[in-house]
Amino acid sequence: MANSTTERSKAVGAGSVGAMSVIAPAVGWLIPGAGHMIQKRWIRGLLLFVSIVALFLIGLAMQGRIYKANGGDILDMLGFVGDIGAGALYLLTLAMDWGQGAIAFATADYGTKFMIVAGLLNFIAVADAYHIAIGKKQ
Amino acid sequence: MTIALNHFSAALVFSLFASIVFGITHRETTREMVRYGVRCFVTFLGGVLLAGWVMWVLKR
Repeated sequence: MANSTTERSKAVGAGSVGAMSVIAPAVGWLIPGAGHMIQKRWIRGLLLFVSIVALFLIGLAMQGRIYKANGGDILDMLGFVGDIGAGALYLLTLAMDWGQGAIAFATADYGTKFMIVAGLLNFIAVADAYHIAIGKKQ
Repeated sequence: MTIALNHFSAALVFSLFASIVFGITHRETTREMVRYGVRCFVTFLGGVLLAGWVMWVLKR
Protein backbone atom coordinates (compact mmCIF):
# COMPACT_ATOMS: atom_id res chain seq x y z
CA MET A 1 0.00 0.00 0.00
CA ALA A 2 2.66 2.47 1.04
CA ASN A 3 4.62 1.58 -2.06
CA SER A 4 1.70 2.30 -4.36
CA THR A 5 1.08 5.67 -2.66
CA THR A 6 4.74 6.54 -2.99
CA GLU A 7 4.76 5.41 -6.59
CA ARG A 8 1.63 7.41 -7.32
CA SER A 9 3.05 10.57 -5.80
CA LYS A 10 6.30 10.05 -7.71
CA ALA A 11 4.31 9.67 -10.92
CA VAL A 12 2.34 12.82 -10.16
CA GLY A 13 5.59 14.67 -9.39
CA ALA A 14 7.17 13.42 -12.60
CA GLY A 15 4.08 14.48 -14.52
CA SER A 16 4.27 17.98 -13.06
CA VAL A 17 7.92 18.26 -14.00
CA GLY A 18 7.06 17.00 -17.48
CA ALA A 19 4.30 19.55 -17.94
CA MET A 20 6.34 22.40 -16.50
CA SER A 21 9.27 21.54 -18.76
CA VAL A 22 7.01 22.43 -21.69
CA ILE A 23 4.92 25.20 -20.15
CA ALA A 24 7.77 27.21 -18.60
CA PRO A 25 9.80 27.57 -21.83
CA ALA A 26 6.65 28.30 -23.85
CA VAL A 27 5.43 30.97 -21.46
CA GLY A 28 8.97 32.29 -21.06
CA TRP A 29 9.29 32.73 -24.82
CA LEU A 30 6.00 34.54 -25.06
CA ILE A 31 6.57 36.86 -22.10
CA PRO A 32 10.23 37.33 -21.12
CA GLY A 33 10.83 36.21 -17.55
CA ALA A 34 7.41 34.60 -17.16
CA GLY A 35 8.92 31.10 -17.36
CA HIS A 36 10.83 31.90 -14.17
CA MET A 37 7.91 33.59 -12.47
CA ILE A 38 5.57 30.62 -12.88
CA GLN A 39 8.23 28.55 -11.13
CA LYS A 40 8.24 31.02 -8.25
CA ARG A 41 11.56 32.64 -9.13
CA TRP A 42 9.96 36.05 -8.88
CA ILE A 43 12.97 38.33 -8.68
CA ARG A 44 14.86 36.56 -11.44
CA GLY A 45 11.77 36.60 -13.63
CA LEU A 46 11.15 40.27 -12.99
CA LEU A 47 14.75 41.22 -13.73
CA LEU A 48 14.70 39.20 -16.94
CA PHE A 49 11.40 40.80 -17.94
CA VAL A 50 12.64 44.32 -17.29
CA SER A 51 15.99 43.77 -19.03
CA ILE A 52 14.70 42.08 -22.17
CA VAL A 53 11.64 44.26 -22.60
CA ALA A 54 13.62 47.44 -21.97
CA LEU A 55 16.27 46.44 -24.50
CA PHE A 56 13.61 45.68 -27.11
CA LEU A 57 11.63 48.86 -26.51
CA ILE A 58 14.73 51.04 -26.50
CA GLY A 59 15.66 49.43 -29.81
CA LEU A 60 12.23 50.32 -31.19
CA ALA A 61 12.51 53.86 -29.89
CA MET A 62 15.87 54.19 -31.61
CA GLN A 63 14.03 53.57 -34.88
CA GLY A 64 15.39 50.08 -35.26
CA ARG A 65 14.09 47.73 -37.91
CA ILE A 66 12.25 44.47 -37.40
CA TYR A 67 12.95 41.50 -39.65
CA LYS A 68 10.21 39.41 -41.15
CA ALA A 69 10.05 35.72 -41.98
CA ASN A 70 10.19 36.28 -45.70
CA GLY A 71 13.57 38.02 -45.59
CA GLY A 72 15.62 37.64 -48.71
CA ASP A 73 19.23 37.03 -47.77
CA ILE A 74 20.90 35.09 -44.99
CA LEU A 75 21.46 38.14 -42.78
CA ASP A 76 17.78 39.01 -42.94
CA MET A 77 16.92 35.46 -41.97
CA LEU A 78 19.36 35.58 -39.05
CA GLY A 79 17.82 38.88 -38.00
CA PHE A 80 14.41 37.26 -38.04
CA VAL A 81 15.65 34.37 -35.89
CA GLY A 82 16.91 36.88 -33.34
CA ASP A 83 13.78 39.01 -33.41
CA ILE A 84 11.36 36.08 -33.03
CA GLY A 85 13.02 35.26 -29.70
CA ALA A 86 11.30 38.26 -28.18
CA GLY A 87 7.96 36.45 -28.36
CA ALA A 88 4.92 38.64 -27.79
CA LEU A 89 7.00 41.78 -28.22
CA TYR A 90 7.86 40.73 -31.75
CA LEU A 91 4.27 39.73 -32.52
CA LEU A 92 2.98 43.04 -31.18
CA THR A 93 5.54 44.97 -33.20
CA LEU A 94 4.48 43.16 -36.36
CA ALA A 95 0.80 43.67 -35.62
CA MET A 96 1.23 47.40 -34.95
CA ASP A 97 3.49 47.82 -37.97
CA TRP A 98 6.28 49.27 -35.86
CA GLY A 99 9.96 48.68 -36.47
CA GLN A 100 10.08 50.04 -40.00
CA GLY A 101 13.59 51.38 -39.47
CA ALA A 102 14.97 54.77 -40.41
CA ILE A 103 18.08 54.92 -42.53
CA ALA A 104 18.39 58.64 -41.78
CA PHE A 105 19.20 57.99 -38.12
CA ALA A 106 22.71 56.79 -37.34
CA THR A 107 21.56 55.08 -34.18
CA ALA A 108 18.77 53.19 -35.94
CA ASP A 109 21.29 50.45 -36.68
CA TYR A 110 21.96 50.15 -32.96
CA GLY A 111 18.22 49.91 -32.40
CA THR A 112 17.97 47.04 -34.87
CA LYS A 113 20.75 45.19 -33.05
CA PHE A 114 19.16 45.91 -29.66
CA MET A 115 15.99 44.17 -30.75
CA ILE A 116 17.83 41.18 -32.16
CA VAL A 117 19.89 40.82 -28.98
CA ALA A 118 16.76 41.12 -26.83
CA GLY A 119 15.35 38.13 -28.69
CA LEU A 120 18.56 36.15 -28.33
CA LEU A 121 18.76 36.94 -24.62
CA ASN A 122 15.20 35.67 -24.26
CA PHE A 123 16.25 32.39 -25.87
CA ILE A 124 18.89 32.10 -23.13
CA ALA A 125 16.27 32.92 -20.51
CA VAL A 126 13.95 30.26 -21.95
CA ALA A 127 16.71 27.67 -21.74
CA ASP A 128 17.31 28.69 -18.12
CA ALA A 129 13.60 28.32 -17.32
CA TYR A 130 13.70 24.85 -18.86
CA HIS A 131 16.70 23.85 -16.74
CA ILE A 132 14.90 25.01 -13.62
CA ALA A 133 11.81 23.04 -14.66
CA ILE A 134 13.74 19.78 -15.10
CA GLY A 135 15.60 20.28 -11.84
CA LYS A 136 19.00 20.83 -13.42
CA LYS A 137 19.23 24.25 -11.76
CA GLN A 138 17.86 25.80 -8.60
CA MET B 1 8.77 58.49 -29.31
CA THR B 2 12.34 58.55 -30.54
CA ILE B 3 15.44 58.04 -28.44
CA ALA B 4 18.81 59.20 -29.70
CA LEU B 5 21.65 57.65 -27.73
CA ASN B 6 25.26 58.38 -28.44
CA HIS B 7 27.58 55.45 -29.06
CA PHE B 8 28.84 55.11 -25.51
CA SER B 9 25.37 55.41 -24.00
CA ALA B 10 24.12 52.71 -26.34
CA ALA B 11 27.03 50.47 -25.30
CA LEU B 12 26.28 51.19 -21.63
CA VAL B 13 22.61 50.30 -21.96
CA PHE B 14 23.40 47.16 -23.91
CA SER B 15 26.06 46.06 -21.42
CA LEU B 16 23.77 46.65 -18.44
CA PHE B 17 20.85 44.60 -19.67
CA ALA B 18 22.94 41.85 -21.24
CA SER B 19 24.96 41.52 -18.02
CA ILE B 20 21.83 41.19 -15.92
CA VAL B 21 20.54 38.38 -18.14
CA PHE B 22 23.93 36.64 -18.26
CA GLY B 23 24.33 36.86 -14.51
CA ILE B 24 20.93 35.33 -13.84
CA THR B 25 21.13 32.56 -16.41
CA HIS B 26 24.76 31.50 -16.05
CA ARG B 27 25.10 31.09 -12.29
CA GLU B 28 23.31 29.27 -9.48
CA THR B 29 23.38 31.32 -6.28
CA THR B 30 22.45 34.97 -5.89
CA ARG B 31 25.96 35.96 -4.85
CA GLU B 32 27.48 34.24 -7.89
CA MET B 33 24.86 35.79 -10.17
CA VAL B 34 25.69 39.30 -8.98
CA ARG B 35 29.45 38.76 -9.20
CA TYR B 36 29.25 37.28 -12.68
CA GLY B 37 26.89 40.00 -13.84
CA VAL B 38 29.25 42.71 -12.64
CA ARG B 39 32.18 40.92 -14.28
CA CYS B 40 30.27 40.75 -17.57
CA PHE B 41 29.39 44.44 -17.34
CA VAL B 42 32.97 45.48 -16.70
CA THR B 43 34.20 43.22 -19.50
CA PHE B 44 31.66 44.62 -21.98
CA LEU B 45 32.54 48.23 -21.19
CA GLY B 46 36.25 47.52 -21.02
CA GLY B 47 36.02 45.83 -24.39
CA VAL B 48 34.22 48.82 -25.86
CA LEU B 49 36.87 51.23 -24.59
CA LEU B 50 39.68 48.98 -25.75
CA ALA B 51 38.14 48.57 -29.19
CA GLY B 52 37.73 52.33 -29.44
CA TRP B 53 41.38 52.96 -28.69
CA VAL B 54 42.51 50.22 -31.08
CA MET B 55 40.44 51.84 -33.84
CA TRP B 56 41.98 55.22 -33.00
CA VAL B 57 45.48 53.74 -33.29
CA LEU B 58 44.59 52.08 -36.59
CA LYS B 59 43.19 55.31 -37.95
CA ARG B 60 46.38 57.13 -37.09
